[in-house]
Amino acid sequence: MTGTPYVTLEAVTRQWGGKGGVRDVSLAVPEGAFVSILGPSGCGKSTLLRLISGLEAPDAGCVRIAGRDMTARPASDRGLSMVFQSYALFPHLSVRENILFGMRVRRVQRAEREAKLAQAVAMLGLEGLEGRKPAALSGGQRQRVALARAVVSGHPLCLMDEPLSNLDAKLRHSVRRDIKGLQRRLGLTVIYVTHDQTEAMSLSDQVVLMRDGAVEQVGSPRALYADPVSTFAAEFIGDPPMAIVEGAALGRPGALIGLRPEHLSPAASVPDLAGIVCEVEYMGAATHLIVDHPAARGLILSVPGHADWRPGQRIGLHLPQEHRVLFDAQTGKAKKDPQQDYGGDRRQTAPRDSRKAPQPHPSTD
Amino acid sequence: MPDLAALRRRRHAIHGWLLLTPALVMLTTFAFYPTVATLWTSLFSRGTRRRPTEFVGLENYQRLFDDPTFWLVAKNNLLYAGVTIPISIALALAMALWANSKIPARSFVRTAYFTPTVLPMIAAGNLWLFFYTPGFGVLDQIGALFGAPSVNWLGQPETALWAVCAVTIWKEAGFFMIFYLAALQTIPPDLKEAAQIEGASRWAYTRRIVLPLLMPTTLFILVNAMINSVKLIDHLFILTKGGPSDASKLILYYIWENAFAFFDAPAAAAMTVLVLAVLGALAAFQFFVIDRRTHYR
Ligand SMILES: Nc1ncnc2c1ncn2[C@@H]1O[C@H](COP(=O)(O)OP(=O)(O)OP(=O)(O)O)[C@@H](O)[C@H]1O
Ligand SMILES: [Mg+2]
Repeated sequence: MTGTPYVTLEAVTRQWGGKGGVRDVSLAVPEGAFVSILGPSGCGKSTLLRLISGLEAPDAGCVRIAGRDMTARPASDRGLSMVFQSYALFPHLSVRENILFGMRVRRVQRAEREAKLAQAVAMLGLEGLEGRKPAALSGGQRQRVALARAVVSGHPLCLMDEPLSNLDAKLRHSVRRDIKGLQRRLGLTVIYVTHDQTEAMSLSDQVVLMRDGAVEQVGSPRALYADPVSTFAAEFIGDPPMAIVEGAALGRPGALIGLRPEHLSPAASVPDLAGIVCEVEYMGAATHLIVDHPAARGLILSVPGHADWRPGQRIGLHLPQEHRVLFDAQTGKAKKDPQQDYGGDRRQTAPRDSRKAPQPHPSTD
Repeated sequence: MPDLAALRRRRHAIHGWLLLTPALVMLTTFAFYPTVATLWTSLFSRGTRRRPTEFVGLENYQRLFDDPTFWLVAKNNLLYAGVTIPISIALALAMALWANSKIPARSFVRTAYFTPTVLPMIAAGNLWLFFYTPGFGVLDQIGALFGAPSVNWLGQPETALWAVCAVTIWKEAGFFMIFYLAALQTIPPDLKEAAQIEGASRWAYTRRIVLPLLMPTTLFILVNAMINSVKLIDHLFILTKGGPSDASKLILYYIWENAFAFFDAPAAAAMTVLVLAVLGALAAFQFFVIDRRTHYR
């Protein structure tokens, strides 16, 4: 994961009438890495991907691919392939012709075309479907045709915009594995847009978390999980996400305290926090207790197996000191607590200085 | 309960027929009955006060085939169709592709192209009469600027039919453009982006993606254009009245002349039957042969 940057964005901005889009995004994607762009709907993920692909031109900033400035070059010069959310298969062409389309317009020799087609068809298990039109395929099959079309181009960079969002949960898992396998086998650099944090966490070497057109945090899935730079990141990552408790309730006014659900437990003796069970969700391997407390949000307690709790019961919670993550109550940014021992493994990416500023000023970046 | 099922089926059948009735009545009154009546008329002689009509079989058709004007008119109409259909469709497609791209004043361009369609054909005829008039017509005035001699576009056999064709193309291209525009807007923009990323040029995208996806529209327009090439003769009344020496006379105009100027209803009927047969055959060919090779989404 520490290859030279293959794709570099430098302070890239693209907005419409000063709104939407992305602003001032800088990013370095290592060669051969699987990078996810993650964020809620409308945060600018697709815009960012389209800027990289050349389908959108930045208002400011610079896009480099393989060390060359590509800012003003058209999409076809950038040596990349793309899988669209809608798959964008040509409806009047057969699977075969869809896969061959790019090679035909690029006038690739017939023998090479056929060889690559056969290879892609075999790789994605599309045998027997070559003659069908996209309308006669299932969603998963269309998905694989779109992947095949991207693969045969032979470009080292592949962009994917929520390629799995039209598939059902089960298929999503299997295609997810296919994509990852393909990326590894072909040594592709993949930039993968998703709003599903599970997808991003499980697939990526690196996750780019976005919020309102700006990058909130960049890091390995582990770093994002263990060391969120803000309450936004804390509450976006994880399933269920981090619980946030007002510091005052735990004797730390002016701060917000985050805790991962797996670190919460019912108190054995004196509870740190006492709440009311308002929902019990049985998940099979575990039971989620959704706990209500006036000073906390997202308090979800995961107890193994079937737990005999009922809504309305009072519950005392133990919030272990060593797993508490501190955030500034005003800015929502993580802050380093001198009293706290974070443990060496937690500090994977050093947050930028601006991120841990403890001064209570509203963030303007 | 077989009785109940049968009852219900019958109720459905009655329901269906009730729904069909209005269309059936209209079609019968205005299409089927006239067709049959025309066919019938074409088999009888023209009645005069002295000689009543009598059954003559195919004699009217024979008379038609012996009539050199009929052949001239048929040839004119073929030329007229052969010129106006491809040119107006190609023009419509070009205008639609242009008016659909990101250009300034897009809606103005669209409106401008569509305006001729809104004009009644008679008004269009009068407008073009003014363009074509020798001496002070717009065409002649422009020609005069470059020192060209005055041309009587409508008054000489060599140019009359072409002048009429120009009016038709001008009138129809904008109309067909609307259909193409509508069809272009149903093509998802990501297809273009996918093609771009695959390295397709604008032309490759148009040829390999857009044109095939527009095929159903083209077929529809083709049928319409063919029908219009027979049907649209209003401007003849204004511009040339079929002259000079039948050089710009089209079949429908000739039918009209036979029926209402020469009062030869059987000849007009025979010609109408022939036209119907040709149009029917064309429509069948289009729908059964070309249709099968066209992609419908
Ligand atoms: N062509 C455009 N014109 C105007 N605003 C746009 C345009 N494209 C995107 N935007 C705005 O930019 C913002 C980011 O859009 P973008 O499509 O990148 O979101 P996204 O993160 O991909 O969301 P989603 O997960 O829903 O696909 C949105 O607020 C959107 O309204
Ligand atoms: Mg998007």
